[in-house]
Amino acid sequence: MLAWTIYLSFAGALLEALLPQRGPGSKPALARWVALLVALAGFALAIAGYAAGMGQGRMVITDAAWVPAMGIHYLLAADGISRVLVLLTGLAAVAGVLFSWNVGHRTNEFFAFFLALIGGVYGVFLSFDFFLLFVFYEIAIVPKYFLIAIWGSTRREYAAMKLALYSFAGSAMVLVVLLAAYAAAGSHTTSLIGLSHAGLPVHLQMWAFPLTFLGFGILAGLWPLHTWAPTGHVAAPTAASMLLAGVVMKLGAYGCLRVAMTLFPHGMDPWGFSFLGIGSWRSVFAVLAVIGILYGALVALVQTDFKFVIGYSSVSHMGFVLLGLMTLNQIGLDGAVLQMFSHGVLAGLLFAIVGRMVYDRTHTRQLAELEQMQLSKRLPFAAWAFVIAGIASMGLPGFSGFVAELQVLIGSWTANPWWTATAGVGIVVGIAYTWRALQKAFFSDAPPAPHLHEHGHELAAITWPEATGFALLGLASLIVGLYPRILLDSIEPAVKALLAGGMR
Amino acid sequence: MNYIDLFRVTLPETALEAAALLVLIVDLAFLRKAAATARTGVAAVLGVAGCAVSLWAVYSAGSASLSFGGDLLLAGGGAAAVAEIGILVLTALTLLLIDSGFTQHPGEFVAVVLMAASGGLIIAAAQDLLVIFAGLELLSIGLYILTAFAKTSAKSAEASIKYYLFGGMSAACLLFGFSYLYGLAGSTNLHEVALAAVTSFGSGSPLFYVALVLVVVGLGFKVAAVPFHLWAPDTYEGAPAPAAAFIASVSKVASFALLIGIAAAIRHPFGVVHGVIRFVMAHSGPMPRWLGFEMPWTIVLALLAAASIKIGNLAALAQTSVRRLLAFSAVAHAGYILLALAWFSQRGAESILYYILTYGLTTIGAFGVVGVVERATGSDTMDSFLGLHKRNPVLAAVLLVLFLSLAGIPPLVGFWAKFNLFAAVLAVGAGVWPFILVCFAAAFSAVSLYYYLQVLKRAYVMPVVDAAPIRVHPVTLIVLLAITAAVVVCGCFPALLQNWIAGFYPTM
Amino acid sequence: MMNGMPILTLLTVLPIVGAGIALVSGRHARLVAMLTTLAGLAISLVVWTHLPADGSMGFVERAAWAPSLGIEYHLGADGLSAIMLVLSSIVALMSIDASHRVHRQPNLYFALVLLLEAGLFGSFTAQNFFHWFLFWELSLIPAFFLIKLWGGAKRGPAATQFFVYTMAGSVSLLIAFLGVFLATGSMDFEHLTLLASTGELAQMVTAHLGNVMPWLALGVLAGFAVKTPLMPFHTWLPAAYSEAPSPVTMLLTGAMSKMGVYGLLRIAVPLFGHEYSVMRTPLLVLAVITVVMGAWAAAAQKDLKRVFAYSSVNHLGYCLLAIFALAVPATSTAMQNSQAAALNGVILQMFNHGVTAAALFWFIALIQERSGGIRGIDDFGGLRKPAPVFAGLMGIALFSSLGLPGLNGFPGEFLIFRGVFPLAWVAATVSVLGLLITAAVILTVIQKVFAGPVPERWSGENSSGFADLHTGERLALAPVIGLMLLIGILPQLIVDGVNPTVMNLLAHWRF
Repeated sequence: MLAWTIYLSFAGALLEALLPQRGPGSKPALARWVALLVALAGFALAIAGYAAGMGQGRMVITDAAWVPAMGIHYLLAADGISRVLVLLTGLAAVAGVLFSWNVGHRTNEFFAFFLALIGGVYGVFLSFDFFLLFVFYEIAIVPKYFLIAIWGSTRREYAAMKLALYSFAGSAMVLVVLLAAYAAAGSHTTSLIGLSHAGLPVHLQMWAFPLTFLGFGILAGLWPLHTWAPTGHVAAPTAASMLLAGVVMKLGAYGCLRVAMTLFPHGMDPWGFSFLGIGSWRSVFAVLAVIGILYGALVALVQTDFKFVIGYSSVSHMGFVLLGLMTLNQIGLDGAVLQMFSHGVLAGLLFAIVGRMVYDRTHTRQLAELEQMQLSKRLPFAAWAFVIAGIASMGLPGFSGFVAELQVLIGSWTANPWWTATAGVGIVVGIAYTWRALQKAFFSDAPPAPHLHEHGHELAAITWPEATGFALLGLASLIVGLYPRILLDSIEPAVKALLAGGMR
Repeated sequence: MNYIDLFRVTLPETALEAAALLVLIVDLAFLRKAAATARTGVAAVLGVAGCAVSLWAVYSAGSASLSFGGDLLLAGGGAAAVAEIGILVLTALTLLLIDSGFTQHPGEFVAVVLMAASGGLIIAAAQDLLVIFAGLELLSIGLYILTAFAKTSAKSAEASIKYYLFGGMSAACLLFGFSYLYGLAGSTNLHEVALAAVTSFGSGSPLFYVALVLVVVGLGFKVAAVPFHLWAPDTYEGAPAPAAAFIASVSKVASFALLIGIAAAIRHPFGVVHGVIRFVMAHSGPMPRWLGFEMPWTIVLALLAAASIKIGNLAALAQTSVRRLLAFSAVAHAGYILLALAWFSQRGAESILYYILTYGLTTIGAFGVVGVVERATGSDTMDSFLGLHKRNPVLAAVLLVLFLSLAGIPPLVGFWAKFNLFAAVLAVGAGVWPFILVCFAAAFSAVSLYYYLQVLKRAYVMPVVDAAPIRVHPVTLIVLLAITAAVVVCGCFPALLQNWIAGFYPTM
Repeated sequence: MMNGMPILTLLTVLPIVGAGIALVSGRHARLVAMLTTLAGLAISLVVWTHLPADGSMGFVERAAWAPSLGIEYHLGADGLSAIMLVLSSIVALMSIDASHRVHRQPNLYFALVLLLEAGLFGSFTAQNFFHWFLFWELSLIPAFFLIKLWGGAKRGPAATQFFVYTMAGSVSLLIAFLGVFLATGSMDFEHLTLLASTGELAQMVTAHLGNVMPWLALGVLAGFAVKTPLMPFHTWLPAAYSEAPSPVTMLLTGAMSKMGVYGLLRIAVPLFGHEYSVMRTPLLVLAVITVVMGAWAAAAQKDLKRVFAYSSVNHLGYCLLAIFALAVPATSTAMQNSQAAALNGVILQMFNHGVTAAALFWFIALIQERSGGIRGIDDFGGLRKPAPVFAGLMGIALFSSLGLPGLNGFPGEFLIFRGVFPLAWVAATVSVLGLLITAAVILTVIQKVFAGPVPERWSGENSSGFADLHTGERLALAPVIGLMLLIGILPQLIVDGVNPTVMNLLAHWRF
């Protein structure tokens, strides 16, 4: 059932591409509705698959020999972690379409790339064959480039190229590891399970782990390789930045977990010596994650562009995911996966507000200019939507972010209390930057700009797709925040199985 | 051996030559007054028919091989058959993409293409130094002519002269090297030469190595490996589009097939039965690991590969002409393949064939698009691709697929080819160096995305300057779509082509 | 006890629903808020009157929530919780009553007030850290926006300062509590209190995390110290109290500041009593500084709101003083009695300060309505002539704040000093200084505002004069003043209800 999320998305992309492009035959409305239907169908399948998978372990969905001579299988499967992320993808896809309702330029191409990206993302989350996973991972890169380069804003071509090259550099690292692991395991399987049971030599794991983690980590915004993220997010059109922060960054984190950590668990073993208190790759990446948390938050604090604030906040929040992964304990990993979901929803929401609700109406994202616009009065819906998204994002209890970050902090404490303490400082700074942006953008007391009340400066009202999208994402975060078991019941057994089987 | 055998085994080549003559006769005798398009059409159709006959001949010949005096001249089956089929299919596609604009003599063009292709068929199967040289010259001279075929274009003439001078020089080196080998080994048969190098190991002459380097110079020129690549950008830029496509695809396939043959001989000098018997009679005990040519061969090729990957990709970054860009990218692709030749294995051979066939296919398609755009805009600069998505969405989509495949993006065939190739290199298990070079290649293939995207960016992203639609001849469009479909299908189902290639090898 | 009915859940959900209704009811939002709060008061009173006699938790509700995280849906109320619920309801009612001048977006205003109320109710009934923290933080958001959107000229920085300080405190508290959870796997207050009372908590923490108990204790304390506040964590307070609209200040000082003290009693002291007893001396010093410097700072202010803001610091300082003073192992019955007296005093003081401070800020709101926003201490004079009823009622509230016997301010402070003197006589003695300064401050206010000549501003020909309270205002204020008198005369109304809980709490505290 879940496999159809992939096929449906690609079929939708193809259909969009074949719709009449321009001239009298082109119908942007049709393109929108097709995209919405495809996204909704994917979401429905994801929910159904999630419900059906409750209480079950890893389920194989499809297993067909793909390249028999090389032992490569078209192996789709899902465990609790995959199902949660597939659910997130479905949600983000629907919300992304809703917040792209006003895309009027090359509408069907936009949705074609959009759905192709979604299809690739579904594919990554469902692949249990390293090769297949890599294929889907790369499929997701190209649409991203075009979405940003064609429909983006500030320095879009630069940002898109940077994003594509960073991603591709990361995937080159992963490709090398894939080849090496395949060769080392005797060149007869690329299945993740097969490779993890192949007893890869420790010295290989010792270099393959950091390389893979780095390769995937680039996409997850691992400091100091995060620099594509803010520029990419800022340049991207709303839906693309929603997807970029919402699900694409999760691809990286998911790869770190699913590939780097399960295939090369010994790569996280201590080196036998320590330098500045760092004695293993695990602590290296944990420290990088913590730096990312703090650095992202501090940089977000001084941004003048509203979207950059959110862009850097993503770096900070993804730091929690990576930190959670490096705790290597049940609760920390639970938290990391939950944070993937939570950040996916919340970053999507924040970008939707900044990009769609505000920027598309005001045509500026400079906080200094927004300050003079009295948006809390002129766009109260956007203002209060941002309040809700902001408090959820800064980790207030009752929303998903809190439960997730809580678990990561607990998990990291057992690993190293200093990580927790520093991450805690990051949270405080996170509160500060969110609040600063909130005040400057919406609730500023600065005198209104003189031209504000002239004719022609009215802001369009919030449309139904925006309100629906907001409700969808906000509710998702609230439900998970108030009743985290809805996801944790699925995540916990999966993480437990991972920890029990091989990964320390 | 008798002439009947000779005829049977060389039937494919013969068919091509016959077709070439037929094309000339028809064109000169019956169509002198006809319109250029009609002449081109008839010539191309006859040429394709010749390829089809030749193809049938290759299939019917099976794994028959040709020997003379106990020594193998032309191999049958295996890599040779795959390469021959590839050459014929690619030649046919090139012919189908010919446009009538650049020449008044389409019949002659097609005839030269067919003759050059027959040279390609010969070297793909050649197992003897002399046959190799003859085939190479047949191919090369054809290519020089094709390059110069746009008689009104100064660039074309310049490119041809450059190509010819470089080619002549390298042919001289090759011949010089061959003469050393013959002098040292006393035979022109590849396996005999390789065996001589092995058996004289330790007491052998350093001249073996001199000869090897000279041969590598000659062959490196053919595949445009750095530092023998200087002709490539000018030729790709100056030659008429179909000629460039032919050089980039068919000539590459033939040259790499030849290199596979040589590498196989060096790696397995006792691969031929009587060679083994002789070796076992001369020696007893296990084979030392680095014998004969294998070590210098690996080192030289690895150096060439690394240099090609680096220079090719970096130089491509700076290009503004799409043809030159394709030329440098071809240098880089040759570099990847050279890796698999350096650390050679049976599986490596299959992966090289896979790579070069799909690369040839993709490149023909790419030159097809370039040709169409060039005719519409009069230039092959990147900026002439501006707004292609608006001017002809189908053409833009074809370009997108082909270039992404060249960049190695899954699920297109270019990715699978690269993966397969690198996996084969690592599977040889020769320690850390192949791995480092694969890392190097993977890193530079990430770089390559940049320049492919530069073109795609203009086609899709940047503001449209001229929105006038570009018209494409229906045949061209169909051929391009077929190539695109093949690139997608082979990428999604890599086993199809791979199993087909493996089917030509005797089961091991 | 009312079994079976989730009355505490009901109480918490009520204002949230009310907020939703208020949001869509436009001009009638104030009525909605009023009715909702009245219903809340009624429920709170039911809870207060139906507590178990032994001081244990009543109205307990438990349900599984997220077991793997130690999160359980666990509600309950004892005397401490119940009196805080009653106080919150009363203060909220007063605040809504005082908010009749809100014309800008009244629906949003009252919705936020009700949300704040929900935060108070939720945090006063939670028995699980997660649940408690949820509402603790929830109350912050509406408070921020109430200051930010309806506050005075410098509301922006004031609101931000308030928010960031409190949040920083919360994060410190959260992280420290995580340590506890990590060691015990529990977030349940009841369970953790039991563990702490046997000393197991300290052992478990030390075993799991090393010697971090003092750090955890300080981390938790920091969160409450900001909220209450304890000097030097008070710097957000004067700005926030004076920039917030007066009805909101009523909520801030009357109810929200109690969350800090409540948290100390419900979380910090039960879990870390021993640690606090170890660091008792420095803590007492801080408490004494808070008491004395709060009063002194009040004396230096020229703005009436700031005067009362610092005076609030001073008044809550007594609560902190008492709490730190009683953090000592009781070696005799007399000491136990002193502890009980001090704790009773703390709870009484919380209630009384809540009512009195809210009333005082209400009076300031009334003054500002008449003066057009002017509230400098030197801007007034002789108001008892033009507005005798106003002066009389505000005088009662002022004297209550001063701690005049017979008014509600007295019994709380009396019990505190009764308990603290035997336990920490030096601190108590120095703190008396605070009492004296406060008295001087309040008397100065009375003198400057009510006595002396009426300034030109109010008596001039062009001025409309300073109107006395009209009937509606008198009716609204009467119950409050009545409550002050009632508690002043009959403190046992509260003490009798609280005392069993005090005994129960002390029995579980280990110093």
